[in-house]
Amino acid sequence: MTVDRTGTPLVEMRNVSLSFGGVKAVDDVSVDLFPGEVVGLLGHNGAGKSTLIKILSGAYAADAGEIHVNGERARIENPRDARRYNIETIYQTLALADNLDAASNLFLGRELTTRLGFVDDARMEAETRAIMGRLNPNFRKFSDPVSALSGGQRQSVAIARAVYFDARILIMDEPTAALGPQETAMVAELIGELKKDGIGIFLISHDIHDVMDLCDRVSVMKNGKLVGTEDVGDVTDDDILGMIILGKKPERAAA
Amino acid sequence: MTGAAATAPQRRDRSHSLLDLHVLGPILALAALILLGTGISATNESTFLSASNISNVLSRSAFIGIIAVGMTFVITAGGLDLSVGSMAAFIAGLVILTMNSLAGTVESVPMLVLVGMGAALSAGLAAGAINGFLVTNMRIEAFIVTLGTMGIYRSLVTWLADGGTLSLDFTLRTAIRPIYFGGFGWLTWPIIVFAFVAVLGELVMRRTAFGRYCAAIGSNEQVARYSSVNVNRVRMATYVLLGLLVGVATILYVPRLGSASPTTGVLWELEAIAAVIIGGTVLKGGFGRVWGTVIGVLILSLIGNILNLTDAVSPYLNGAIQGVIIILAVVLQREKKAGT
Repeated sequence: MTVDRTGTPLVEMRNVSLSFGGVKAVDDVSVDLFPGEVVGLLGHNGAGKSTLIKILSGAYAADAGEIHVNGERARIENPRDARRYNIETIYQTLALADNLDAASNLFLGRELTTRLGFVDDARMEAETRAIMGRLNPNFRKFSDPVSALSGGQRQSVAIARAVYFDARILIMDEPTAALGPQETAMVAELIGELKKDGIGIFLISHDIHDVMDLCDRVSVMKNGKLVGTEDVGDVTDDDILGMIILGKKPERAAA
Repeated sequence: MTGAAATAPQRRDRSHSLLDLHVLGPILALAALILLGTGISATNESTFLSASNISNVLSRSAFIGIIAVGMTFVITAGGLDLSVGSMAAFIAGLVILTMNSLAGTVESVPMLVLVGMGAALSAGLAAGAINGFLVTNMRIEAFIVTLGTMGIYRSLVTWLADGGTLSLDFTLRTAIRPIYFGGFGWLTWPIIVFAFVAVLGELVMRRTAFGRYCAAIGSNEQVARYSSVNVNRVRMATYVLLGLLVGVATILYVPRLGSASPTTGVLWELEAIAAVIIGGTVLKGGFGRVWGTVIGVLILSLIGNILNLTDAVSPYLNGAIQGVIIILAVVLQREKKAGT
């Protein structure tokens, strides 16, 4: 259960800043993530957590600061760069193309092709069945457009995509928002599987209970700044609420 | 419709049967039109099912059809191109001027024809690239861009023709007539090229990564971008492909009349878009069907043809009937959406 943090972190974001116009959306923030660890990013809407994570996934370029992957300086300027560093993002709303089926989504941008250069639908579906069999054995709707899937099923397709392509660093944006209790449990199970494989996960959430259940550490942001990073074992829900709302570090941690 | 009582499996079935109707709809409509045509021609002894009439309908469909195949890709990727009709007229004008001006210096007629074809294809490629550049790199709404270029090309061809008609040199006109009228018996070149373009288009849409990217971009551009699809390049490619196909259509069109005027290709863009929509491609993008587009084109031309064969309805009502069918097609699309 405890995460070994003696080695090199999978990701380190050091003193990262990004402004939109005059607004500092992210202001000198540093976070890190170790193999097999889940780090929660908490904060109000507009606290800068999504912006921070979009810098890591290549959607935005930082004004200042450095990103290190496995101890080495990484240049991430677009989503393709992020993919090269095995960073995969699962966006709450942007995960899947609605009109395509599960296999087409799983392989979007990296289609398997036959020797003639045509997409190999049969092989892609077989691979999709194989990985879904491991991650979500109840999944059946392989040939329907994903718009016909439930929230949890969509989430599992998105996660399957990341896992299939050897993600080492996974960014999950509100993975359990809009999910029922059963489906939330399913996603929690999935996250447990991913941790066992040594994958590091940044989990963005509004929900403190989610974070306490799923995460090893939590980093709280407010007004673009990092309030602090705490081990979830060392803090209570109230401590974290205080960090989110008042931007105050817990007493004991400060001492 | 059935309210809260509807259970999940029922909903599923319902959406599936509607999906089937959605797939079969255009085919059924086409079959109904063919039956109607056959029935009418049996009563008034016209020639609906004769090889020459079928050949004529298909040849005339080819221009719009070839353009509509390209339009299917543009619309599937969430774009639109209103400029294709004017573009065709402008390219026709360019081709005629080029060939006429070279007629004095270049002796070989086949050579001249090849130059004309090259001019048509490169002009189409360039025009498509301009539309694509403005949409992708300059980030201007496709509707605005192509509304603009539509006006520009129309005005340019009017200016080139000085308000009148650009006519191809007489000997050249005779020489290139076979490109439209020739072929293998009733199987004329326009039909062959249309069939080739349609089959190739269907393959590209269904079986290549490019086709899938078009659907993904039209479905959700952000998802495609985050999936490391080069959205701008794919979008650009759809406009260039369409421009190229407008060039192909023009190559087949010029030999038919041997002239171009300010009224050449008027409303072709709307006929092409209508054919795409009737065929089941979603106007908002995200789903495209090339074979559907082919059927859409055939439906539109058959309506005109049948009205010409019968006295029951005036051929002047052609446009009204086409309009009703386009609106019906979109209503059917929405039914499908509501079912899922």
